[in-house]
Amino acid sequence: MKMELIQPFINAADAVLSQGLQGSTRVGNLSMEEDAYRRKGVAGMVALSGDIEGRIILDLEPQTAVRVASHYAGTELPESDALIKETIFELANQVVGNAVCSLNDQGFHFRVHPPVLLASEEGDKTSEDVEALMICFETSLGNVFMNVALRHNAQRMSDHAVPGR
Amino acid sequence: MEQFAPVKRSKDGQPVRYLIVDDSVFARKNLARMIESFGGQVAAEAGDGLTAISEFDRTHPDIVLMDITMPQMEGIEAAEKIVQAHPDARVVMVSSVGYQENIVAALQRGARHFVQKPVKPEVLYEVIKYVLGEDGAVATAAGAGV
Repeated sequence: MKMELIQPFINAADAVLSQGLQGSTRVGNLSMEEDAYRRKGVAGMVALSGDIEGRIILDLEPQTAVRVASHYAGTELPESDALIKETIFELANQVVGNAVCSLNDQGFHFRVHPPVLLASEEGDKTSEDVEALMICFETSLGNVFMNVALRHNAQRMSDHAVPGR
Repeated sequence: MEQFAPVKRSKDGQPVRYLIVDDSVFARKNLARMIESFGGQVAAEAGDGLTAISEFDRTHPDIVLMDITMPQMEGIEAAEKIVQAHPDARVVMVSSVGYQENIVAALQRGARHFVQKPVKPEVLYEVIKYVLGEDGAVATAAGAGV
């Protein structure tokens, strides 16, 4: 997977988390994932379609998710609160939205789909042409994991390249 | 959350009334807290574009804060329908998908402004003052301007 596709998502996550959690974040471990995705806790997934297609998962261990959602809510939330899931969804949305803006400036066109909850313990295995990169962001409230699996849509990209279209 | 000098309606000194449209409960709560810190009042909330149109007709808010990516009807289409029916409606798009195509499309279809998520309260506050123009007044400590 090309780093030029990934970097906007890392930058966006760093910016969104730093601003929202009002503290510095640090990019920790990066690793390639070839096996099926294993959820760590509360995970929101946003799919992209267009010139680049794939999905981004934002995943927080349950206690971290509670701390992060409570921080945004300004009050202590119980682990069962629906607002925890909503918070992770919105964070995923903001990260993807901001990254897509940056990629759009480079000429890529997308459609961002609404976030969905990753409910199963194990997700789909990445395919041969789509590798997934896992990035860990270390924040003052705990680790936030972002799993990015994207690929160029060759058909759409060649369509754009045809002169006069 | 930081407190701002309250922005009131010029005509009657009442709080500015807002319709918040976003499919995320989290985002709606976040915006509601900002609005309260601006001295405003949430007239209604909606989770999709269709509901936004009916809530606008029901509550006639001073400002609509509208997300773009939503189920049933997206925000730009809802903004267009609201402005077609109510040319004086003030719709501010609030979205994380803030690239130029979206901004231009929203402005062409009647939105007055665009705020990128994550929303910074100080940015939204300035946008609201700008969009209200002479119909809004910032209250001073002594109550002048209300």
